[in-house]
Amino acid sequence: MTSFLMGSTTASEIAAQLTRLRHQVGAPAVGMVLTVVVVCDESNQYDAVRAVSEASREHPSRILAVIPREREEATRLDAEIRVGELTTGEVVLLRLYGELTEHADSVLAPLLLTDIPVVVWWPGDAPHAPGKDPVGVYGQRRVTDARSAPDAVSAIKSRIHGYTPGDTDLAWTRITPWRSLLAAAFDQPVGKVLDGYVEAEPGHPSARLLAVWLSGKLDAPIHVTESKGPGLTAVRLRTRDGEVAVERHDSRTATLKRPGQPDRQVALARRPTADLLAEELRRLDPDEVYEETIRGVAGYDGF
Amino acid sequence: MNASERPGPASENGTARPAEPAGGPSADVLARAAHEAARAQEPSTASDEAVTAEEAVTAVTTSTTLEVAEANPLRDPRDKRLPRVAGPCVLVIFGVTGDLARRKLLPAIYDLGNRGLLPPGFSLVGFARRDWAAQDFAKITHDAVKEHARTPFREEVWKQICEGLHFVPGAFDDDGAFDALSMVLKEIDETRGTGGNYAFYTSTPPKYFPLIIEQLKRTGLHRPSPGAWRRIVIEKPFGHDLKTAQELNAVVDSAFRPDSVFRIDHYLGKETVQNILALRFANTLWEPIWNRGYVDHVQITMAEDIGVGGRAGYYDGIGAARDVIQNHLLQLMALVAMEDPTAFGAAALRREKEKVLEAVTLPEDMSLATAIGQYTAGWQGGVPAKGFLEEDGIPPDSRTETYAAVKLEIANRRWAGVPFYLRTGKRLGRRMTEVAVMFQRAPHLPFSKTDTEILGQNALVIRIQPDEGITVRFGSKVPGTAMEVRDVNMDFAYGEAFLESSPEAYERLLLDVLIGDPPLFPHQREVELQWMILDPIERFWAESGRRPEGYSAGTGGPASADEMMARDGRVWRRL
Repeated sequence: MTSFLMGSTTASEIAAQLTRLRHQVGAPAVGMVLTVVVVCDESNQYDAVRAVSEASREHPSRILAVIPREREEATRLDAEIRVGELTTGEVVLLRLYGELTEHADSVLAPLLLTDIPVVVWWPGDAPHAPGKDPVGVYGQRRVTDARSAPDAVSAIKSRIHGYTPGDTDLAWTRITPWRSLLAAAFDQPVGKVLDGYVEAEPGHPSARLLAVWLSGKLDAPIHVTESKGPGLTAVRLRTRDGEVAVERHDSRTATLKRPGQPDRQVALARRPTADLLAEELRRLDPDEVYEETIRGVAGYDGF
Repeated sequence: MNASERPGPASENGTARPAEPAGGPSADVLARAAHEAARAQEPSTASDEAVTAEEAVTAVTTSTTLEVAEANPLRDPRDKRLPRVAGPCVLVIFGVTGDLARRKLLPAIYDLGNRGLLPPGFSLVGFARRDWAAQDFAKITHDAVKEHARTPFREEVWKQICEGLHFVPGAFDDDGAFDALSMVLKEIDETRGTGGNYAFYTSTPPKYFPLIIEQLKRTGLHRPSPGAWRRIVIEKPFGHDLKTAQELNAVVDSAFRPDSVFRIDHYLGKETVQNILALRFANTLWEPIWNRGYVDHVQITMAEDIGVGGRAGYYDGIGAARDVIQNHLLQLMALVAMEDPTAFGAAALRREKEKVLEAVTLPEDMSLATAIGQYTAGWQGGVPAKGFLEEDGIPPDSRTETYAAVKLEIANRRWAGVPFYLRTGKRLGRRMTEVAVMFQRAPHLPFSKTDTEILGQNALVIRIQPDEGITVRFGSKVPGTAMEVRDVNMDFAYGEAFLESSPEAYERLLLDVLIGDPPLFPHQREVELQWMILDPIERFWAESGRRPEGYSAGTGGPASADEMMARDGRVWRRL
């Protein structure tokens, strides 16, 4: 990997340098399919950029990390460009100082690849209304992560108030394997679900989403109860014939139980952030089911 | 792209919740449900809701292939995150010790599991003539997966698959073995909850088909129990001419309903081949020029760098045309040339493919419009290679062709007068499969003759393997003071755009079999039409007594194939 540091620079100099590097590498027309903007702190920059870089193996991207620094310092833009082995596309870390911290959008505008979609990801604190945020408006898809908020549950409950189609939250992405497994369990008719429980470690935003999604689809009350974790540990649904349950104790393998049938082991591993992002980048159209679910979560107090 | 996505999610949505007013489903419903959930203690509300849900479930009985999934309250066509997962079932592989099973099928099953696409309780039964215990089979499967799987090895996924592994030893004429298979399947239904859904995969030489089908009929395994399904998967060759194809079909037909028979042409499972449909029918860019007004001719090539190797016994007497042109190349031709289907369902796709196959006309003088060859000793990619006649298991006077080229035309308004050149061969210079649509030259060039001397024809090339992707070739000015125009390539490479190696064809096709989604499988009618195109050509080759012309291994094929193109004033694309 080659990295270039550019102190006190401008966006157009960065763009020119990127073009120059591409020609040097000898691949002036790399098939990049996305621009991913990561808005993060210096403290979570490493993990965030690493996760996007891994996800970009599946979706070759230009990755722009926006890192606001000291508001008090003199206004300036520092950039670090990385091209080469670790990523499939290009990574640019943009460090903003002084007044520029308020104007990240002006730095991004010339660096977004033309004609292809932009995804914005806030791995840490997210704006209240991502779609109205100066950086967020560039994105077709805006990804937040309720789990990183100080109060994760209230963060997911307030998502609907700032919602714009195209918003999504990794707390929702995390439960796709659970939803998929439950849907597979319901591929054989099980009859009417009377009520049920989602068990998870305390303060787990995904548990609320799962409970509301299930109760909406099954027209039955689904409660959230606390367990020791890690993460989600079980879903239990009571039907007339008995209990349909998915239990996971070691965060890798789950047991699926159905009335009148033998228990079955199913792989249900917790996924790294890179996998979650790769799933987000696969579909860029608004996730209507997510919208319905966060709407339900806002009014949900079923535990 | 996803060829199987059905249209009209909005309307399905409407039927899924009949109790709701049309137009505005979802958001309000959910919010209400959530509130209801909170105060579910009120018994009256709860029972009202129950009626609604049950009505919703029973109301959804659309007659698609995915009936069960549609009745599932947790499935929602708008919910694109939820993958298509097969229902509970057992896959039985006959001939599981074979090369195909080890290199492709077993790894593909693991990869499906790793992507979370196998149903809970999925079981795999291996059937072969080996004195193996269950552990031995697990060991072989484990090794096959470790060596050939596309996705990384994960212990928890392996554990899930391993739980459902079974092995039944025996020969295909051994009644006892099939009785044992029947018992094992019953037991699996009880212990794994697979509900009597079985898919039988015959990964065996075709001569065993009748025997296997007979045994399935004898044990009654072909007949589904109420509410369950039985499917059979057969690999090519589907006969070696029209007559044998019909005979084979009669055998299969005697046991399985036509919609339960899945003929695998693994080419159709490839992402790039499916992408032909997206390229043609999702864009406006190509359709206006996709006809005789702009297209000069089409070249469809499947070149292999390997020889017959271990397939000598099968290959001798069959030859390149039956092995490749009859199925893969004619299917590719149908996809490139067909009219737009009304929907991406199996029936609509097949209808269009059949129409275009019916319209195929054979050359009047076959001696001028076909070519056959046989590789002789030579150097292939820096390695000395044996000639076909020196290969083990090939008689020294064999007349089997290892290279075949034919020129076909399609008699319809879109394609009249546009030749389709199909060629395939073994031991050619390079491994490559592609469809090249060659466009006519510009009717007038405002440049001087010397400026455009080396300008070729515009071309759209769909590269199928290796290095999947699409290339557009067009003229461009060479930088400099002179006006010199030369061909350049514009590339779309799957390797770049979606770097994760795209799902193996077998993964996709196995999943489709387990789900029961048939668009990617050729129908018997197509197989027969394809034989009707090839049979007269084969007959001509046999009757004319022409010997295949020799070509050295590692080259581009026999001289007669080049002459065939030269007669039309064209050349083959370089391999």
